[in-house]
Amino acid sequence: MSAVALQMVCVAGLLGLAALAIVLSRSKISTPVIYGATLAVSAIALIGALRFLIGGAADATTLTLPVGLPWLGAHFRLDALASFFLVVINLGGASASLYGLGYGHHDPAPHRVLPFFPAFLAGMNLVVLANDAFSYLLCWEFMSLASWALVMAHHREPGNAKAGYVYLVMASFGTLALLLAFGLLAGPAGDYGFAAIRAAQHTPYAATLVLILMLLGAGSKAGLVPLHVWLPLAHPAAPSHVSALMSGVMTKVAIYGFIRVMFDLLGQPNWPASVIVLFLGSITAVMGILYAMMEKDLKRLLAYSTIENIGIVFVSLGLAMAFQANGLKAAAALAFTAALFHALNHSFFKSLLFFGAGAVLTATGERDMDKLGGLIHRMPITSFVVLVGCVAISALPPFNGFVSEWLIFQAVLLSPELPQWALKIMVPAVGAMLALAAALAAACFVKTYGVAFLGRPRGPAAEAAHEVDRFSLAAMFILAALCLLAGILPGLAIDALAPVATQILGSRMPAQAGQAWLSIVPIAESRSSYNGLLVMVFITLAASLAVYFIHRFASHALRRGPAWGCGFSDATPAAQYSGVSFAQPIRRVFGTLVFHARDHVDMPPPGDVRPARLRIELHDLVWNGIYAPIADAVGFSSGRLNRLQFLTIRRYLSLVFATLVTLLLVLAIWS
Amino acid sequence: MQMHSLAFDISHTLAGGLVLISLMMLYQDRLYSLLNVFALHALVLSLSVAWQAFIQDAPHLYVTAVIALVFKAIVIPVALHRIVKQLGIHRDIESAVGIGPTMLAGMGLVALSLVLMLRVTSDADPLAREDLAFALSVVLLGLLVMVTRRNAVSQVVGFMSLENGLVLAATGAKGMPLVVEISVAFSILIAFIVIGIFLFRIRERFDSVDVSALDDFRGERR
Repeated sequence: MSAVALQMVCVAGLLGLAALAIVLSRSKISTPVIYGATLAVSAIALIGALRFLIGGAADATTLTLPVGLPWLGAHFRLDALASFFLVVINLGGASASLYGLGYGHHDPAPHRVLPFFPAFLAGMNLVVLANDAFSYLLCWEFMSLASWALVMAHHREPGNAKAGYVYLVMASFGTLALLLAFGLLAGPAGDYGFAAIRAAQHTPYAATLVLILMLLGAGSKAGLVPLHVWLPLAHPAAPSHVSALMSGVMTKVAIYGFIRVMFDLLGQPNWPASVIVLFLGSITAVMGILYAMMEKDLKRLLAYSTIENIGIVFVSLGLAMAFQANGLKAAAALAFTAALFHALNHSFFKSLLFFGAGAVLTATGERDMDKLGGLIHRMPITSFVVLVGCVAISALPPFNGFVSEWLIFQAVLLSPELPQWALKIMVPAVGAMLALAAALAAACFVKTYGVAFLGRPRGPAAEAAHEVDRFSLAAMFILAALCLLAGILPGLAIDALAPVATQILGSRMPAQAGQAWLSIVPIAESRSSYNGLLVMVFITLAASLAVYFIHRFASHALRRGPAWGCGFSDATPAAQYSGVSFAQPIRRVFGTLVFHARDHVDMPPPGDVRPARLRIELHDLVWNGIYAPIADAVGFSSGRLNRLQFLTIRRYLSLVFATLVTLLLVLAIWS
Repeated sequence: MQMHSLAFDISHTLAGGLVLISLMMLYQDRLYSLLNVFALHALVLSLSVAWQAFIQDAPHLYVTAVIALVFKAIVIPVALHRIVKQLGIHRDIESAVGIGPTMLAGMGLVALSLVLMLRVTSDADPLAREDLAFALSVVLLGLLVMVTRRNAVSQVVGFMSLENGLVLAATGAKGMPLVVEISVAFSILIAFIVIGIFLFRIRERFDSVDVSALDDFRGERR
């Protein structure tokens, strides 16, 4: 069986599971059966895609199914780029299924989730495999609708209906943009096969329009600022393992679409396009993490952090476009590989963190981190793996987040080789924005972990927390191990990504397999190199030594005394640092500009016994500036047009008559 | 040539007469007189169709002429007379727009359709051109009758005069199959039946066929 046929069989299996889930809908065994089978199918698809990718992805295999448009059929193709994204999707799918085996038991309405979960995975697989625009758009819509159904799974919870509505509107808008983009790509000849689009010549004018439309279409799905508004609403509304898939995987499918069109179908990129991508990417990175910093809902914070990471990936893709447009092949391969590697890493640690948030939700029923605290004592294993995820997403060595961001900075440092002055000046600024985003991300996850897992419980729910089931822990452990593995052995990942870069750019990063001590060398030994294994050994040794010395030489006389409460006599748990208070310095620095943040202190006069209150005012300028006016305009005009519903018959006739006469007049005047 | 010119003149006269009678409909303020004018309208139509049948040497058009004569000029006006009498409908026609502005608008519409049709169909058969221009005028005037009257019976009459315009257009062009004309005739009949039933129902409920009673029922202002 060819590799693409195997993938299609897996997709068919997933669709069959969706049907089976409907049949079994109210049965007790449905949860383990469906998640177990989805896990098996995803694992098979993962192994198939991985074998194809590691085997060099030498020959792309195609498959035509006699469905879809008459006489055209639906075309599917497995090449190196698709196989990489299939790895991301099916790894996410397999881990989410494993997690779902345990987490799904806590679902109040599993029949609302089970049919759509495998269908959603099938949709994402199909998008990546599609080889003509019609199949692509159809599968894209299928994926959007399946994920929408999952967002609406718990539709009675407050806010979820709005999230579903905003998501549906944004998804339709994005698909419209994609439809127009493919229409432009197909040109007047109207051949929608990717092979024909790739062979055709595209005018610079059309290429620019396609870039804008792809930024709108794929960017709205990925969460580029200012098209991100649906993402922090919809991703947290879904059940946690689905949130992990949407944040960790579906955004990558959007990135796939962007790469497929901008790098593969359009051919050689031009450098002004990269300016737009770099600009949007860096804005997205910084804005996303600032939003996350202000957030106190655990899952929404993670969704905002996804926006930041998408920004980082887009910056890296923008660098790849800039280098490729100027013929700097090696640098382009470096930036492109870094983008893909970061996408892979993000799918690891974002899924892990969403699983952790789901575990906290199961254990406490709380998403508001200001009501959590002290979970490290009650959920030690979950706390450990979430710590790994937080360290990885904060881009600290020896985990994977550091490696991919380091590679991106290596690409940024190559920017003086670019001939255009605009890029020469812009890229270092973008690098500074990335550095800012990385630092803020670290602060954000210190806040997340510190407030939710450390300290003392802030409420009865956090106090009564308990460790979650084995399946959930297993899924989180596997992802944590992958985070570490990709961090200490990045050379393997970089070499595995080489066929993708070769296919898309015609060049690749230098092979890392032969490097001494498993270091990675992105350009040349004399410039820079990184060795994750050594860093880890050093960290382990230093920490062990410190622990040893403390235990060996510290005083053994154990003293227990009251903790110093800064002068307050009764230090209640509510007096601990909260997420909001932790974020205050950053809110002061950036918030006044970005969120028009104001602090209002309501201080009662002397003699009054009511408590003083601090009220924080934040404005989402993107929503207020772009979306609210549009919604108002639509509401206003529909309110006005509503009167047309209630006219008399004679008035309707008069309208028809007036229209007819007007059209005739136009004809009489113009012809 | 002489014969040809005479044929042209007569069909031109008949079609022009149809437009004239359409204009006459605009200023009728009594229901009976409106129905009489409509009967005259249908009579002139049947004459015009018969003349077309003669000059085009198309015998099936005689059938159309007979249908127009029997149904539109005799059966429908007589039936509407009876309905008006039986239902005791108020015999004044309440118009939404005054007679003067309506007549001005009617003349404007005739001018518009002449200007438009003569320009658009510049390379067509001259007979068909004139015919189409007059037919469009009749259609627009029928619409104008429907729009400016509040009484349901007069709206029915306006609608049927609009159909007359369509028949005029259809017979003016050579080679129109009979099937189409029969379907046109039947559609008018069906519309007449349906609207007649509606008139009964409206009167049963509101004791009036003034359509403003419907609007009052829906709780709206005009």
